[in-house]
Amino acid sequence: MIRFVLRRLALMVPVLLGLSILLFIWVRSLPGEGPARSLLGTRATPERIEAINEQYGFNDPLLEQYLRYVGSLLRGDFLSSIRDGKPVLDTFFDKLPVTVELSLAALLFAIVVGIPLGYVAARYQGRAPDTAVVSGSLLGVATPVFFLALLLKLVFANWLGWLPATFRQTPGIDATQVTGFAVLDGLLTREYDAAWDAVLHLLLPAIALGTIPLAIIVRITRASVAEVLQEDYVRTAESKGLRRRTVARRHVLRNAMLPVSTTIGLQVGLLFSGAVLTETVFSFQGIGSYLFQAISQRDYPVLQGYIIFIAIMYSLINLVVDLLYGVIDPRVRVST
Amino acid sequence: MRLNHRPLRSGLALVAAATLVLAGCASSDRDGEGGSGGGSEGGGATGGDFVFAGSAEPVTFDPFFASDGESFRVARQIFEGLVGTEPGTADPAPLLAEEYDVSDDGLTYTFTLRDGVTFQDGTDFDAEAVCFNFDRWYNMPASAQSPDLTYYYGALFRGFATGETSGDAIYESCEAGDGVATVNLKSPFAGFLSALSLPAFSMQSPTALQKDQDDAAENPRQTTYSAGAPVGTGPFTFESFTPGENVTLVRNDDYWGDVAKVDRAIVVAIDDPTARADALRAGDIDGYDLVGPADLTALEGEGFTIENRPAFNVLYLGFNQKQKPLDDIRVRQAIAHAINLDEVVSTSLPEGTVKATQFIPDVVAGYNPDVTTYEYDPERARQLLDEAGATGATIEFNYPTGVSRPYMPDPEATFNILSTQLQAVGLEIKPTADQWDPDYLEKIQGTSDHGIHLLGWTGDYNDTDNFVGVFFGTEQPEWGFDNPELFGKLREARQIPTVEEQTPLYEEINEDVMEFLPGVPLAHPVPSLAFAPGVEGYTASPVQDEVWNAVTVEQ
Repeated sequence: MIRFVLRRLALMVPVLLGLSILLFIWVRSLPGEGPARSLLGTRATPERIEAINEQYGFNDPLLEQYLRYVGSLLRGDFLSSIRDGKPVLDTFFDKLPVTVELSLAALLFAIVVGIPLGYVAARYQGRAPDTAVVSGSLLGVATPVFFLALLLKLVFANWLGWLPATFRQTPGIDATQVTGFAVLDGLLTREYDAAWDAVLHLLLPAIALGTIPLAIIVRITRASVAEVLQEDYVRTAESKGLRRRTVARRHVLRNAMLPVSTTIGLQVGLLFSGAVLTETVFSFQGIGSYLFQAISQRDYPVLQGYIIFIAIMYSLINLVVDLLYGVIDPRVRVST
Repeated sequence: MRLNHRPLRSGLALVAAATLVLAGCASSDRDGEGGSGGGSEGGGATGGDFVFAGSAEPVTFDPFFASDGESFRVARQIFEGLVGTEPGTADPAPLLAEEYDVSDDGLTYTFTLRDGVTFQDGTDFDAEAVCFNFDRWYNMPASAQSPDLTYYYGALFRGFATGETSGDAIYESCEAGDGVATVNLKSPFAGFLSALSLPAFSMQSPTALQKDQDDAAENPRQTTYSAGAPVGTGPFTFESFTPGENVTLVRNDDYWGDVAKVDRAIVVAIDDPTARADALRAGDIDGYDLVGPADLTALEGEGFTIENRPAFNVLYLGFNQKQKPLDDIRVRQAIAHAINLDEVVSTSLPEGTVKATQFIPDVVAGYNPDVTTYEYDPERARQLLDEAGATGATIEFNYPTGVSRPYMPDPEATFNILSTQLQAVGLEIKPTADQWDPDYLEKIQGTSDHGIHLLGWTGDYNDTDNFVGVFFGTEQPEWGFDNPELFGKLREARQIPTVEEQTPLYEEINEDVMEFLPGVPLAHPVPSLAFAPGVEGYTASPVQDEVWNAVTVEQ
């Protein structure tokens, strides 16, 4: 087991190294005059631009800059933003809860709504409920996130006025931060008003972001349940007189859930990228919107740091998942 | 059934991700406490919050180091200068100085200070504090003497005590008397009083500055003081700034003037104009700036209040004379004759927009009603192009995307209509669109790599030099021409001590400019603000000198 972990960790090194080279070349090939001009603005004198370039070593040969960057990474130093001077790692962890909370809420929505719908569709295959669910999910999967986000805003915030359209919480609300997850913080500190406020603000973005995963989950659940319903053991269970609900719970859903859980896992990555768009439409200040600003400001350290950090997170999560997998399913043990 | 180990693995990724993230974030603990609420004591207070959206976050809270509208917006609530503006106009008016007097030679300004004013930290506002501020600006360390940090001081006071520009500095000294501060200049500056109405020259608490500000810091915009502890004399006190969320200001109950009516003013940033409109409709905010022309009629129809700022700006089509055939005056005249301003205004600019005949609006001294104008005459345009041998010439047309400025609410629409008009007289247009910040501005103002282009300017204060001097005072990459005669006249005008004496020269300059035609002034568009129906007491100002102490919000 330990050897497996070590081998996986060792494998991360070339991956991250390769990524860091690609990233380094990419951020430096962004058009424009680089971060100094973005930082100082059009009024800056060439001398000031030069001073900043000198200070950050942007005038050095690329290879030298790259090696210096890798050196600082190896020391665990992700540098600081050129724009606001804040350590890249600090802002990353400050903003991560915003993006993760949004993604989790979207996923929750997709799962809680998607699995029952998929089940119903499979049960009534070929009949009206099935047709409705299948065409609905086709529409869901075909609707771009930002379009749906704008549409939801228009209907539920502007026309009906039921839900807020912008921000994570009402500006100026008295809310204590503990973990950075607005809903969780509200519960932990017993500021239930703040928690409820955060839930209301999460609803539209979560639905917008969760609709594509929802549609996919519906379709996979439907297919999977339909397949399981044909199995002999289901027929046996039904013919021995078990109640339909029991059959559904014990025999159908449990077995049908395996491909569904694959799908859910695959959606995590998609949710993160969709979150960038959703954050922009709803003015959530998460990782996505900060990264977006960093691109337009040519904030090299932020771009490099954020993307590498996301990659490290993903690699680690994958590793943890592989390990947990062995723990949960005894038939698949790590063999090294 | 074959067991595939991918499903479980991927499903678990979610749980693991959440766990990892939660663990990583548990240590992140920021102070998210909102305001104190403040109760409802204080003169005429109605309480509650006033939530206002701008288009970006403030860059700094020390206005001396700011030159952007969003920093100034917040600064205007916290700080005040010796001189303010008459509400709703760009004209200077007494503020912290109750009276001011100028010597005949324009070199000595005597300010009689308002009595009984204290800074929000309890420090007395007196002549010593005034001179402390003037001397602080003048004695900026070399590291801060750069246009990106101290643009307005550098541009208006022309130099610092030390450094390359010291020889040009117009400030000489400040003498503190009993309730009177006397500022001596080395050379006259007719726009001095108007310039002092800029938030950059606000009076800041000497105690707080000495305690928390370090002008010599690597980035003086991000010190303890300028990132989170500014102290002025204004109707609101700085409470907190959470980047990405909001700036919270609370009512200053000890304010010398009319105490603010709301408990707190909360400033948020929403960069997209449509998203700002949506936020207003959804009740997330009480008001916002820079209303997109497309939203104006709709919002008004839905019962929202639209406040128009008197236009104090100019939108123009600039020519880069480094690009042929724009160096030929006949081609520039042809372009001017090809433009149908009525159509440009009616199709791409908000209602109330005034067509421009020159590069300043009519309320600015030196406006010349008799300047040379170029009527819409496509036939004449074709003839001029023919004479210049430029019929069918390809001209690069630069315009910005994804931005709305007060003087240019919808650049794409303006580009489209102009482009059609220019093509109609036989010019080939090569459109080049760039993102506004930093690409577009950088390209237009910093390089010669552009042709004709859309740009404009909102005046900072009522001074002619703040318009024409900014555009045509020196050789600049934006325009690509060297016209020593024009540069000389502008320099001369700037040295004249009074506005009255300056006016004839500026009238002449405006005529010279329109004959030389470095660009076509298009319009003075009306910038608009939008408010929820329950918001009252907001006075729009042409120079955005909008202080929120009279604002009430129906809760």
